[in-house]
Amino acid sequence: MPATLLEKLWSLHEIADLGDRDCLIHIDRIFLHERTGSIALRSLEQEGRRVRAPHRVFCTMDHIVDTRPGRGDISLAPHGREFIEATRQSARRAGIHLFDIDDPRQGISHVVAAENGIVLPGMSAVCPDSHTCTLGALGALAWGIGSTEAEHALATSCLRASRPRAMRVNFIGETAPGVTAKDMILHLIASFGSRAGRGYAVEFAGPAVSALSMDGRFTLCNMAVEMGAFTGMIAPDERTIAYVRNTALAPRGPLAERAEFHWRQLHSDTGAEFDLELEIDCARIAPAVTWGTNPEQMANIGGKVPSPDAFEDPQKSLAASQALDYMGLKPGTPLDSIRIDAAFLGSCTNNRISDLRAAANYLRNRKIAPWVQALCVPGSGAVKREAEAEGLHEIFRNAGFEWREAGCSLCFHAGGESFGGKRVISSTNRNFQGRQGPGARTHLASPLTVAASACRGYISAAEAS
Amino acid sequence: MTHPQAQVFHRGVAAPLLRPNIDTDAIIPSREISRVSKKGLGESMFAGWRYLSTRVSTQGREPDPNFILNREAYQGTSILLAGDNFGCGSSREHAVWALKDFGIRAILAPSFGGIFFNNCALNGILAIELEEAEIQRLADWVQVDPRANLLQIDLAAQQILWREGEKTGFAIEPARRSLLLEGLDSIAATLRQEDAIAAFEAADRQRRPWVWM
Repeated sequence: MPATLLEKLWSLHEIADLGDRDCLIHIDRIFLHERTGSIALRSLEQEGRRVRAPHRVFCTMDHIVDTRPGRGDISLAPHGREFIEATRQSARRAGIHLFDIDDPRQGISHVVAAENGIVLPGMSAVCPDSHTCTLGALGALAWGIGSTEAEHALATSCLRASRPRAMRVNFIGETAPGVTAKDMILHLIASFGSRAGRGYAVEFAGPAVSALSMDGRFTLCNMAVEMGAFTGMIAPDERTIAYVRNTALAPRGPLAERAEFHWRQLHSDTGAEFDLELEIDCARIAPAVTWGTNPEQMANIGGKVPSPDAFEDPQKSLAASQALDYMGLKPGTPLDSIRIDAAFLGSCTNNRISDLRAAANYLRNRKIAPWVQALCVPGSGAVKREAEAEGLHEIFRNAGFEWREAGCSLCFHAGGESFGGKRVISSTNRNFQGRQGPGARTHLASPLTVAASACRGYISAAEAS
Repeated sequence: MTHPQAQVFHRGVAAPLLRPNIDTDAIIPSREISRVSKKGLGESMFAGWRYLSTRVSTQGREPDPNFILNREAYQGTSILLAGDNFGCGSSREHAVWALKDFGIRAILAPSFGGIFFNNCALNGILAIELEEAEIQRLADWVQVDPRANLLQIDLAAQQILWREGEKTGFAIEPARRSLLLEGLDSIAATLRQEDAIAAFEAADRQRRPWVWM
């Protein structure tokens, strides 16, 4: 029987069928961070339970750790230090791996899990963080969970999970120059809505996906949760295997050969049946930017702010009207006439080395507009070191960007640093009300668009080169 | 620890919050999460919409009179009538802990964010999926007189009772229903399958040795 990638990954980890789509699933890797992991570890301790396989559990400091140069335990977020210290103490007591603030492997969980080879193709991995789906780009079964589920995974190395349905999104044709993975995923979410993926594991496929770098594939899978999906995934190919070979924890020698043989089987077979297949014509994708307070509220940069009347669904029309009110935008306004106050290049969506290179390539010999505050926050210490070895940090600084330490930073406002009241062009994944600070107005876009907009001081697509 | 149970029968004030895509950042902004704890988060629920200022003075925060839950008629709300994709976004379970601490016992929406939906069940909050039109009918009735037009939710019978004996049935997966009714200790239940887990691991160690560090 031809099988989908999802079926193959699921059956590799299914211990027991609990009936009614529920299964007991083995979890190969657990990742934690100081924001939600701290609570899961503490709660487990209070229950007198131990971590069943601590050597397969990893923890990093990413969510509220300061990203300003010279940082320490003191975070600008209220009580941030309490989260950092509690995480450190619990992690030590539990005997799990900890990538502490001064560890060269520190960075955003989804970035470091991939670049260190902690999560490999075919593995199952969870983290109490919704963007864990990022790791599906490796051909792993990776998804975000709550703290209570994280306690369960820590205590048992398993989860009770409802088997998702299989969806495939085929990206047909080629993308135009200047169109990035971020534009592809924003286009997909806008086309089908932010709940289109509910209950599905979404496999991204087609020539435009194969053509993406690994970094681009991580971007694509990262935002699967923004269409409501259980997770996103991409079948491993030679590019995936080459990427994995370069990681510290990849198998070596004869074991690598065995592993790679196994990984090459992890694809949807010809004739495999999906519960739903969707198609995106890549020729229709252009540099995209969001105008509202949900990722589905998006338009091409050459376009205009839509009118709420343009939506047939009364709920969507109401949501658009409320979003435009919050965003301070009038229908019919050309998007590239919207002036910005800040530019943020970072987050698990778009702060890997390719993202930084794309932005730096644009910023070389350019300056940001004098009224714009701009930040670049690498996804991990490793990304930062690689960028610095290439001199990218000098390009960012010369253009007027701050160059930060690795972390989630201003992707969200945790009570410390804030874009409160500002209009921000942001390479992140969520434009929710208040996400980047009270009253902050977030416009999601690609790193290239963030760079171009920072320079002009208005939302702008980079000229295709 | 046993997961908290839901009430088998709940009767309460219902408040319509019908816009779609209310995310967990709206339910509890990250800045409100100030302790490594699941407790005392009710004051933070919908903080961005509920208060006029983000600053906290000695008198506490000033409620925004326009926000529905601050209106006199909706005092004591324990049921939310919500729009599509309620609880989308961040996995933060604080959203559910905040709703629960505030006193919310049930949420009715056309659909929910997946992680939020699971978090509700594990904390004894009843998340019920209903057709959008049905939610609108309930909202229209409730709004006439929120303090008199209470909704009654019967989990055992899987029915919502409202207007003069009118009943709206709802579906719920059997496993989720028994979790809500009985409050299973799921860790203990899984640990009882230790033999199956160990057997799986032993076999997988042969099949995929590179996974096992």
